[in-house]
Amino acid sequence: MTQNRVVITGVGTINALGHNAATTLEAMREGRCGIGPLDIRDVDRLGVKIGGQVRDYDETTHFNRQQIVLYDRFTQFTLLAAKEATDQSGINFSGELSDTTGVVLGTAAGGVNTWDDNYRSVYEDGKNRVHPFVIPKLMNNAAASHVSMEYNLRGPTFTVATACASSNHAMGQAFHMIRSGMAKAMITGGSESMLCFGGVKAWEGLRVMSKDACRPFSANRNGMVQGEGAAVFVFENYDHAKARGADILAEVVGFAMTSDASDIVMPSKQGAGRAISGALRDAGLNREDIGYINAHGTGTAANDKTECAAVADVFGKHADKLMISSTKSMHGHLIGGTGAVELLACVMALRDGIIAPTIGYEEPDPECALDVVPNEAREVKVSAVLSNAFAFGGLNAVLALRKV
Amino acid sequence: MSVKDRVMKIIAEQAVLDVEDVKMDSTLEDLGIDSLGLVESIFSIEEEFDIQVPFNANEPGESEFDISSVASIVKAVETLVSEQA
Repeated sequence: MTQNRVVITGVGTINALGHNAATTLEAMREGRCGIGPLDIRDVDRLGVKIGGQVRDYDETTHFNRQQIVLYDRFTQFTLLAAKEATDQSGINFSGELSDTTGVVLGTAAGGVNTWDDNYRSVYEDGKNRVHPFVIPKLMNNAAASHVSMEYNLRGPTFTVATACASSNHAMGQAFHMIRSGMAKAMITGGSESMLCFGGVKAWEGLRVMSKDACRPFSANRNGMVQGEGAAVFVFENYDHAKARGADILAEVVGFAMTSDASDIVMPSKQGAGRAISGALRDAGLNREDIGYINAHGTGTAANDKTECAAVADVFGKHADKLMISSTKSMHGHLIGGTGAVELLACVMALRDGIIAPTIGYEEPDPECALDVVPNEAREVKVSAVLSNAFAFGGLNAVLALRKV
Repeated sequence: MSVKDRVMKIIAEQAVLDVEDVKMDSTLEDLGIDSLGLVESIFSIEEEFDIQVPFNANEPGESEFDISSVASIVKAVETLVSEQA
């Protein structure tokens, strides 16, 4: 079977670090922290009061009233990121391209704010009637469908929900569709917006959240911090992109997914390792080719130790030479949207030779003895990178990218 | 029921054991309670006594709340309950 090359020709995002890709990458270069006090209703009743919230955001400057009644915050973020990505790509969807291009997006929980607001209204306020669009607003596929409608994309369109690996699984599907020849282009990435009372309270229950900061790989870390936002990419057939003279940002060369089949929350070194080595194999890359890994790096003891052990196992001696950082220290954990925002750091590494740091790093942990690019970004040219995502439920998805 | 008996009952229920089979010197590992079971037990304790247990699942061993044995958990809960009174 002929395999088509797949490249990225557009990126877009909105997250705690910025309202577009340029400001986000600038923040990553500067090692800026987007995590701060949560500004949400009933925050005083939460034990965890910090998050990577999208600041200075007013939905009415982007969308009209008819749109807002249909667009949950996670859909709004997706549409803004999709506009930026398609604008940058310059791709013009019409005719056959429009018939075959689809939208595959990741989200763990979809319209959580809509659930939260409406539960509040019926349970707390005792109302017996809700807005007619509650269901189309909260459904997990709302964002994918609205992107499809906005750009008249009539190919394969769906949403992937695999908790913290949702975006990576989604982008892996988009990659496969173009590689196999099923589509010439795909809109892909992911979004999450669960920074509302119910969304944070649910996470609080698990007792893995930090109350002060996300410090991945640092011995004094004390848990994860939630973030919100979206990142969206235009994935495109290489020949198609080349023929129209598009600016090619990076090439997607491999993808692998595995299941731990062991525990609903505890990660597995074997499951993670199999996904990492599978992505290398799929990409036809050698271990020594990898210069940078964007880690899952949640800042929980369970993840960080397991992830470092998996990387050490797969890479052997080369594990000490490659760089691995967790940008969650800056933008927080976007749950289903996280892999998409993190892929931006991978594109920056390949295109600009800038490696985003793991900020908040204070004390070395002997169980995470890798080069985690502590606190300051680094200028190093790399030719191939990986992006890890290891979800609750034991579902792992790793993407491999190469410089073009 | 004393604080001790109420804690023992919660732990026994989590371990799917009879209360008589839970000993004060048992560790959670002895009782087959894993990390998720521990988080659930702490939730049950908080609900039972209406207290806040200082516990972070990332470093269970380093939390102020001593979970090294059933006895240590009972003692920690007794302290929290008395502080609240």
